[in-house]
Amino acid sequence: MFTLLAYALAIGCLVVSLARDRDRTRTAFRKAVAAFTGILPDFAAVLGIVGLVLTFLSPKTVAGLIGAGTGFVGMVITSLIGAVTLIPGFVAFPLAKSLLDRGAGMAQIAVFVSTLMMVGFVTAPLEIRYFGKKVTILRNGLAYLYSFIVAFIIGLVVR
Amino acid sequence: MVREALRYRAFILIIVADVAIWAVWPSAGVTVLRHTFSNFAQMASVLPPVFLLIGLLDVWVPKETLMRFLGDRSGFLGVAISIVLGAAAAGPLYAAFPVAAIMMRKGAKFSNVIVFLGSWSTLKIPMVLFEASALGARFAITRWVASVLGVTAMALIIDRAVTKDEKRAIYARHEMI
Repeated sequence: MFTLLAYALAIGCLVVSLARDRDRTRTAFRKAVAAFTGILPDFAAVLGIVGLVLTFLSPKTVAGLIGAGTGFVGMVITSLIGAVTLIPGFVAFPLAKSLLDRGAGMAQIAVFVSTLMMVGFVTAPLEIRYFGKKVTILRNGLAYLYSFIVAFIIGLVVR
Repeated sequence: MVREALRYRAFILIIVADVAIWAVWPSAGVTVLRHTFSNFAQMASVLPPVFLLIGLLDVWVPKETLMRFLGDRSGFLGVAISIVLGAAAAGPLYAAFPVAAIMMRKGAKFSNVIVFLGSWSTLKIPMVLFEASALGARFAITRWVASVLGVTAMALIIDRAVTKDEKRAIYARHEMI
């Protein structure tokens, strides 16, 4: 859906751009290709790592690990899993729901969802290429800690 | 040719590891390669329009225009626009990085770029809708509101923690494409 919209937008802009100035459009196209090929090696490496992580930390494995702990220890475990894995939303949310139904704690699930989205351990090499080590560590580190606050708030509001 | 291959050394190493896994544990190896392939397929479908839009933005939108809305003096409006830009997106976080790069190239304020990244990572509306259908509106809305505050606060902290010189060095990375 997003992809379709993005293509429609990009093609629309491309047509307008072509109609207004062919040379500029050619420059834009060249820049797009250069930006892509410039970063492709890092993308390729990260996608390779994600392939490995998804295999050994599959949604099934994750479900088993999350069921294991309760209380704060459980939150630490699920937050670490959320930080390391890269499960797409359409798999993660139903998974989280089924874990809740099977008796997992609200705070554990909330910290899992939050770290899953905000903290990207495997995509860090790519983030470092764009923003440098310091910013990447700060952003992911703060997001990790903040996920506990989010979980705490959700624990209060959602019963 | 050799230099080009050298740039892919990390990727080549991972593929070698994948093949090694496949050799000692074929079923896992096949799964790894299948996942890797589908990741590439996803990237190949998501990234072309993103990079094309980045290229077009680069040649058509003057730096002054973007700075007016997202630059050093954009204030609260700049933060709001950064949140909306990130939240309107969907798709993996890695697609946000090149967009953030063009924002920096066009003179967006550093803290706004970080807000945008945070927003893209966790406030994406299409995803939140899906979250609400699976985990309930109360869960999704609470997390969204808490995250808006967090994303903004974290950007301010990071903005303070990173020195002017460090910011200049990061921006310099994106001056040329």
